Parts: sequence; structure tokens; C-alpha cells
Amino acid sequence: MSVAWHDRLQPAISVQRLEKRFGDVLAVRDLSFQLAHGQCMGLLGGNGAGKTTTLAMLLGLVIPTGGRIEILGEPIPRHRYEVLGRMNFSSPYVDFPGRLTVAEILMVYGQLYGICGLKARIGELAELLDLEALLKKRYGQLSAGQKARCGLAKALLNRPQVLILDEPTASMDPDTADRLRRYLLKYLGESHAAMMLASHNMQEVERLCDEVLIMDRGQVMARGTPTALMERYSTDMEGVFLSIARSTA
Amino acid sequence: MMAGMKQAAWWLSARRLYAMVLRYWYVLRGSWPRLVEIAYWPTVQMVLWGFTDRFIGSQTSGAAKAAGLFLGAVLLWDILFRSQLGVTLVCLEELYARNLPQLFMTPLRPWEYVGGLLLVSLLRTLFGVGVATTLAYVFFDYGLWTMGLQVIAFFVLLTCFGWALGIAMTAMLLRFGLGVEGIAWGGMFLLAPFSGVYYPIATLPAPLQLIAWLLPSSHVFEGMRAAVWHHALAVQHLLIAAGQCLVYLVLAWVLFLVLFRQVRQKGALLSQGE
Repeated sequence: MSVAWHDRLQPAISVQRLEKRFGDVLAVRDLSFQLAHGQCMGLLGGNGAGKTTTLAMLLGLVIPTGGRIEILGEPIPRHRYEVLGRMNFSSPYVDFPGRLTVAEILMVYGQLYGICGLKARIGELAELLDLEALLKKRYGQLSAGQKARCGLAKALLNRPQVLILDEPTASMDPDTADRLRRYLLKYLGESHAAMMLASHNMQEVERLCDEVLIMDRGQVMARGTPTALMERYSTDMEGVFLSIARSTA
Repeated sequence: MMAGMKQAAWWLSARRLYAMVLRYWYVLRGSWPRLVEIAYWPTVQMVLWGFTDRFIGSQTSGAAKAAGLFLGAVLLWDILFRSQLGVTLVCLEELYARNLPQLFMTPLRPWEYVGGLLLVSLLRTLFGVGVATTLAYVFFDYGLWTMGLQVIAFFVLLTCFGWALGIAMTAMLLRFGLGVEGIAWGGMFLLAPFSGVYYPIATLPAPLQLIAWLLPSSHVFEGMRAAVWHHALAVQHLLIAAGQCLVYLVLAWVLFLVLFRQVRQKGALLSQGE
């Protein structure tokens, strides 16, 4: 599903002064950014930096304490059901039922997203992600890399206009990971979808992201294009990440 | 144009409800022990109480009046128990599989999620109690339908009360996670003594009777005894039970919405199953 030209005039994701507090802990504070259609934003940070909470707020799984989120022009979480069908998410840290086969999982989620021509779409994705031989295999019997591919197939089922990926290539072999990154770039180019990417793979971030936010203890410590960040902090993204993480420790 | 859009929304909702049932069917299809388990307990209970019924009926002429009473009671109790368990078991499956965040980041609305649970519960109950009822007829020559058409009302009322309890327990499972799993499995047995499954409510001490009359199940089992002993239709009991079921369903739904909001405020969906 490609984004209509008039919809591309407004940002795909707009976040203003977002805040989330869990009791005494301020998990996300004063986070603001905008993400245009066809662009990819990287979200970097160590453990507990607030990345997962931020992604969960974008998906409506967590209600913010303060601030404002708009996705595809709709306020989140209030109108989340208007846009959840046009978004999707994948993370190796969120599971599927282990007793279901890959094909069954994709059938169930395809129905949840109301996909037309579901069997054909599953076939396309199985070919793209090299899942054909795994379709009849139970999810619980898959390796970590195979599970990640299954999660990505689910995330791409509805041809999302906003794609949120948490460690999308974790546990994948280099060849599959490379093919997937190529596909994601092609997908962004063709569909004008927006992509949020949380990753610890700095090469991946450098290759896929137009802009990067580096978070620590709930707030943004640095932001910019990978090139700009590298010019300022180090020669590569890993150096950028380490430089910022150690300066705030 | 608007009518077309509305129809599309309904169609999408229907597909999401279907997805919830499909997901559970896939689990059942791939596991024959689970399929057998649905009918196992109702059947074991039916056999146990079938022989008890037969023994009591053969010992005393007075008690012979009660022929089929225990069998009827156990089958009706199982409708209540299976309806509740059918709802909470599906939620437990999702918690075990750590699949809930995946579900709630789709366009699945809370009412569709709960609607899916209720549909699965209905199918499980029809299958489990259907097998036990058929076997009761074959082995003990007892048919639930001997109570008359009101058995349909008993089924509907007990199913609705089971659903209300199931929705409330599901809300607690979502909010508190597997820490309250025990309530889902055994919480219903707390109601059994107050429901007068095997004895009239008048048997209970007066203060406990006050609690008992707040439960639709008590009215249904009183209605069952009226049907078995006097071949009478206990209209008043049925009407009160229907009103109470409606109140409990509304309360359960409100509790679900309140606790589900708390789940999203506390970010509990992200840490469930741990």
C-alpha cells in the first residue's frame, strides 16, 4: 500500500515533548522528533535508555504521561485503531505461539490486519524472506534467525506505511541480513513508508537511517544524520555510540 | 459511500473475530491431548455422578424422586465452569506464548479480543458438554432435555454468567499476569457452595443465602430443581438470573476496560509472561 502524495505532505510520525513516567522513574523525557514519509530514523541507546518504551508508546501499547504523538495524522493513543492497520512492528523479543506453524501465524495475523489476497501475500513474503521451507514448521522449533524472519514477514504482511523495527536482523546470518536491508531500502523507496529502527548494529543504522536519535536515561543525547554524527564524534557509528555513551556514564 | 465504509468496518471486525477463533483452532488442531481434555472432565464428572444418581435412586423411594438430579446438576455446572474456563484459557495461552503485545499492536479492539474469547468459549462448551450429554444419554438413559425447553434458558444464563466471570478473570490476568493464574483455574469453585448445585439454597445458613441469591447460578439451579421435582417452570428465578447476568456482564466489561487501561499505563503488556 503506497502512501498517497497528499498524505506525504505531513510527517508520518510527529512526536512532541513526549514523556513517560513509571512511578518514580522517568523512562522517557521531553522527546520530540518528526519523521517524514520514505525516511528511516534510527533509535540508539543502551539498555534502559527508553527505546522500547518509546516504540511501545508509538504503537499504543503504553499510554504516555505527557506530550503528543501523531501518526499518519491521527493522535495516538486516542485514535490508534485508525492507524494500527497501516502500521506494523517486528522485534525478536516479542514472541508468537510456539505451537503454531509459520503459515498459521501469518494466516492469523493476515486476518487481524484484514489482508486481501492473503495466501498470495504470504507466498510473496515467504519467497522474499526465504521462509518457503519453514511455512509448515512450528514456530517453537525455529532457530532465532528463522524466528526473526517470521516476525518480519508478519511486519510486512499489511504493506505498512509506518514500520517499526526493533533489532530486525538480530540473529540473522550476514547474507539474509544483507538481503533484508536491501529489501527494506527498496520498500521505503517504493512505498514511501516511514521506518523507525532500534538497533545495536551500527553498520545497519549507518546504511538504513537518514537520521539517528541517541538516547540515554530517557532523553535524547544526540541527533543528526549518520554522516553529521560521525563528523562530530567519531569515524564510524560504533565510535559515535561509544563516545556518547561513555561521556554520559 | 458511508454505508460502504461502515460495511467494510464490520467486515474487518468479523475477520479479526475469526482470526481469534482461527488461532485457537490451530492450537487445538495441532494437539489431540487438548482436544480430548475439553471433553475429558465433563465426561468423568458425568460418569461419577451418573453412578451416584443410580445408587441413590435404588436405595430410597423418596430419593428416587431425585433421579437425574445430580446428573443434571453436574452437566449444568459444567456449562458454567467451561464457559468461564473457555474465556480465561485462551488468555492464558497468549500469556504462556508471550503473544499479547503482538495481538494488541494490531487493529484488534478490546471488544473484538473479548468477543473472540467468548466465541472460543462457546465452541469449547458446546463440544465438551455436548460429548458428556450424549454419553449421559447413552449410558444412563438421561437427557438434559427432560427438563423441558427451559434447559435452553439454563444454558444461556449459565453461559452468560460464566462469560462475565471469565471476562473479569481475563482482565485480572492481563493486569497482574500469571501471578493470578490460580484464580483462573480455581476461582469458580468458590462459587459452587453458594450456587446450590447439589442442594437447595434453603440448606445454607441465612447469611450465606443472602450471598447465594446474588448469583444467577443459584437461581438457575433452583429452577433446575423445580423442573426435575415438580416439572415446573421457575419463571421468577429465570427472570432474576437474566437480570443479574446482564448486570454482571456490564460490570465485567467495565472492569476489563479499567484494568486494560491500567495495563497500558503501566506498560505491563511488555513484561507479561515473565
